[in-house]
Amino acid sequence: MRRLLALLALAAGPVLVLGVLFVLPVTGMVSEGFFVDGSFAPGAVLEVLARPRVHRVAWFTVWSSGAATLLAVVLGLPAAYVLHRLALPGRAAVRAALLVPFVLPTVVVGVAFRQLLGEGGPLGFLDLDGTPVAIICGLVFFNLAVVIRTVGVAWESLDPRPGQAAAALGASPSQVLRTVTLPALRPAIVGAATIVFLFCATAFGIVLTLGGVRYSTVETEIYLLTTTVFDLQAAAALSVLQIVVVVALLALAARLRATPDPTAHRTVTPVRAVRRGDAPAVVATLVVLVAMLLPILTLVLGSLTVGDGWGLANYRALTTTGDNQALLVPVTAALVTSLRTAVDATWMALLVGVSVALIVTRRSHSVAERRVRSTLDGFFMLPLGVSAVTLGFGFLITLDQPPLDLRDSPLLVPMAQALVALPLVVRTLAPVLGGIDDRQRQAAASLGASPLRTLVTVDLPVVWKPMLAASGFAFAASLGEFGATSFLARDDSPTLPVVIFRLIGHPGEMNYGMALAASVVLAAATTLVMLAVERLRVPGVGALA
Amino acid sequence: MLQLTDVTVRYGDTVAVDDVTLDLAAGQVLAVLGPSGCGKSTLLRAVAGLEPLTSGSIGCDGADLAGVPTHKRGFALMFQDGQLFAHLTVARNVAYALKLRRTPSARVAARVRELLELVGLSGYDDRLPGTLSGGERQRVALARALAVEPRLILLDEPLSALDATLRERLAGDLREILHAAGTTALLVTHDHEEAFALADRLAVMRDGRVVQSGAIDEVWRAPVDEETALFLGYARVLRGTAAASVLAAAGLPAAPAVAVRRSALVVDEAGEVAATVESARVTPEQVRLKVVADGLGAIDAVAPLGTRVSPGDAVRLSVDVTRLAVLPIRPPA
Repeated sequence: MRRLLALLALAAGPVLVLGVLFVLPVTGMVSEGFFVDGSFAPGAVLEVLARPRVHRVAWFTVWSSGAATLLAVVLGLPAAYVLHRLALPGRAAVRAALLVPFVLPTVVVGVAFRQLLGEGGPLGFLDLDGTPVAIICGLVFFNLAVVIRTVGVAWESLDPRPGQAAAALGASPSQVLRTVTLPALRPAIVGAATIVFLFCATAFGIVLTLGGVRYSTVETEIYLLTTTVFDLQAAAALSVLQIVVVVALLALAARLRATPDPTAHRTVTPVRAVRRGDAPAVVATLVVLVAMLLPILTLVLGSLTVGDGWGLANYRALTTTGDNQALLVPVTAALVTSLRTAVDATWMALLVGVSVALIVTRRSHSVAERRVRSTLDGFFMLPLGVSAVTLGFGFLITLDQPPLDLRDSPLLVPMAQALVALPLVVRTLAPVLGGIDDRQRQAAASLGASPLRTLVTVDLPVVWKPMLAASGFAFAASLGEFGATSFLARDDSPTLPVVIFRLIGHPGEMNYGMALAASVVLAAATTLVMLAVERLRVPGVGALA
Repeated sequence: MLQLTDVTVRYGDTVAVDDVTLDLAAGQVLAVLGPSGCGKSTLLRAVAGLEPLTSGSIGCDGADLAGVPTHKRGFALMFQDGQLFAHLTVARNVAYALKLRRTPSARVAARVRELLELVGLSGYDDRLPGTLSGGERQRVALARALAVEPRLILLDEPLSALDATLRERLAGDLREILHAAGTTALLVTHDHEEAFALADRLAVMRDGRVVQSGAIDEVWRAPVDEETALFLGYARVLRGTAAASVLAAAGLPAAPAVAVRRSALVVDEAGEVAATVESARVTPEQVRLKVVADGLGAIDAVAPLGTRVSPGDAVRLSVDVTRLAVLPIRPPA
C-alpha cells in the first residue's frame, strides 16, 4: 500500500502536466462540438458523421494509410535485414541516413515530393502530382525508417540458433525465413505496422502539401473545418472519431507488444558476411535507398536552381521576407525561433519523459501496482496518436483564461511540441530502463545504497546515452513539428516549418525557391541531430515501438 | 560414416579448428570433449554446414559435403537449451521436419505420438515451449531432431543447461533413445560426465586440435598427457619419486609420471604406504581424507564408510591400480 501511494505521488507531476496540457485542451476541443450554446447536443455530431464527405474522408484516410503501411513493411523488411544483420561497409552511415526522413519536417517531405513529381520535376512525366499515389509515396518515405529501425533492432537481437536447427532439419533458407524467422519477428513487425498506420492516419503536413483540398484525411479535414469553414462541431466529431480509433489501435499494439517469450533471450548477434543468397535483399535495399535519396536530391538541386542556371540566390534571400511581403519576419529569424523553441521543447519533453519512463518500468510488487503502471504507460502514449491539430486548436480555446492564460507565453509552442515528442522520449528510454535486471538495484540497496543513490549508480550509467539520444529525437521532432505549431505560433514569431508552408502558398517565383532553400536548411539541421543520435544508440534496444 | 580430414577453420588470424581428422562409424556416439573456447562448437557447426572450412574436407557416406548447404545434409542439430520454435506447440515442433517433407498428416500425427512417447512426453502435444521445464524442452528438442531419422544427429552440450539430478536421468534416457533408434551422433561438451554418460568414443580437443581419440575406456585408462588426464577427472599428476613410490606400491614398473584419481589411495591395514590423517569428511559413498603420506606429501585418500578416523591418526594406505593412469613420457619440447 505504501509503495502504491509513493508511486501515485511520483506519478502526480507528469500526470498533472499531461492533464493540463493534453487532456484539458483535447476535451475542450471535443466538448466544443458536443455542447451547443451551453447544452449537450450529441445529435449534431452524429449528423456530421453521416455526411457523405466525412465518409469519403474517413475511407480515404483508412485506405491510403493502409496502403502506405503495407508498402512500408514490404520495403522495410529486406532493408532491416541487410542493414542490421549483414556486414556491409558503411552500414552505420546508411542506417543513420535512413532515419533522416522520419525526423524530416513533414512540410519538407511534402515540398520535396512536389518538387520530384510536379511539372518539370525529374518524375513529372508520371503525372502523379496531386494524386493519392503521391501522398502514399510521401507517407512511405516518411515512415520507412520506423519499420527498418523497429524490425531491424528485433532482428539484431534474434537468436540465430532456432533457424540453424530448422536448417539442419532440412528447411531451405526461404523456409527458415517463413516458418521460423518471420514468426519470431511478428511482434516487432505488427508493432511497427501499428505505429506506422497511426502516423499515416494522423499525418498532417504531408497530406496538406501533397493533397491540397482534393484529397483530405481526417487530420487535414479537422484543420480545414476549424480554420477555413469554422465548423467546430464537425471538427470535434472527427476528433472524437480519430481519438477512439487511435486509442483502440494503441491498446492493440500494447497487447501485441506485451508477449515476451520466457525461453527467448536477448542476444546481440554478430553480423555476418554477405552471401550469394542475400543478393535479392541487398538489391531491394539499394532500390529503396535510391528511392529515398531521390526526393532529397531533387529538393537540394531545386534550391540551388536560379532561373536557368545555378546559384545561391535562394539561400541569400533567406534573410528577406520574400516576394510580395509573403512573410512578416525574415526566414533566418524563423530559424532562430525554431532552434530556441526546440531547446525549450527538448528539456520539457526530457523532464517529463524521464520521470514517466522511470515510473512505468519499475518492477511492480502487487497486481494493483502493475495495473497502475500499465495504465500510466498507456496514458502517456496518447499524444502519439491524437491529432496534433486537435491539440493545437484545443490549446487555443482552453488555455486562454486565467489562471491558465498562456496565449502570449513564449512557452506555449514549446509545450505543445514537447507533448508531441513525449512518446518518442518514453519509447526510447523505457526499454533501456526495463532491461536493467532489478536484482542489480536490490544488490545496491542491500549494500546500503539509498533509492536516490541506487538511481545514480545503477540506472544512470546505463541510461545516460539513450537519454542523449532521446533528447536528439525530441529536438528533431520539435524542429519539424507543424500540426500544432501552425495553430499556436504567432504571426510575428513563426517557426521554420510554418514559414515554409506560408512560402509555398504565396505567389512569387522567389518564394518557392526560398521554400526549397529553407527546407534544405531545416533538413540539414535535423540530419545533424540524427547523426549524433545514431552514434549514441545502444544495440538491441531503444526501438521506436 | 562421417569422415573429417584435416579440417581447419580460421576466423581472420585465429585458428578455431586446427587440422582435425576424425572418423565416426554408423551407429556410434562420438563425444568431442574440451574446455570452452577449444573450438569444439566450431567443429560441430562446420559439420552442420554452418561454418565454412578454411581447408580440409568433411565426408559423409563417402560423399564430400563441400558446397552442400545445411538443409540438404540430412543431419539434425540439438542445442543446449533446445531452441524450440517458441511460436509452435510441442506437436508442431516435433512435426516440423515432417511437414517440410510434405508427409501426409495422418503419418505425421502417428509419428509425433510415437516420438513423444519415446521421450516420455505423451499428452504434451498442445503445450507451448514457454510452459515447459528445461528437461522437457530438451526432450522435445530430441524428439524433433529424431523425427525424420537423420543420418547423423549433432548435439551441442545437450545436458549442460540442466541441474544435476535431471541431467543424470536425461543422460540415461538419451543414451537409450539414441541406441534404440540406432542413430549416429556427434556430441560436443566440456563436461566429461556428459561425455561418459552418452558416448562410445571420445576425442579430446584443446586449442583447436584433437590431442587424443579412441574408445572411451581406452582414453580414460591412458590419457595422453597431464592436461588431458586432469580434464578427464584425474585429481592430480605425481612425478619423480612420488610417482615411483605409488607405482611400486601398486606393483607396477616405475614411470616418470602417473595420474591418480582422488580414490586411488585407500585406507587398508595391510597397505604399504604410511600416512597421517589431516582431515576427514563423510560423503554418501565413502569417507574422503586428506593425508600426508610418506614420500608423497599431502594427497587425497578414501576410506570405506564406517571407518573411524580423525585428524592426527596414523593410517596405512594401499593403491587401487584401476584408479591411476601411467602417462607416456612427453617428448622433449
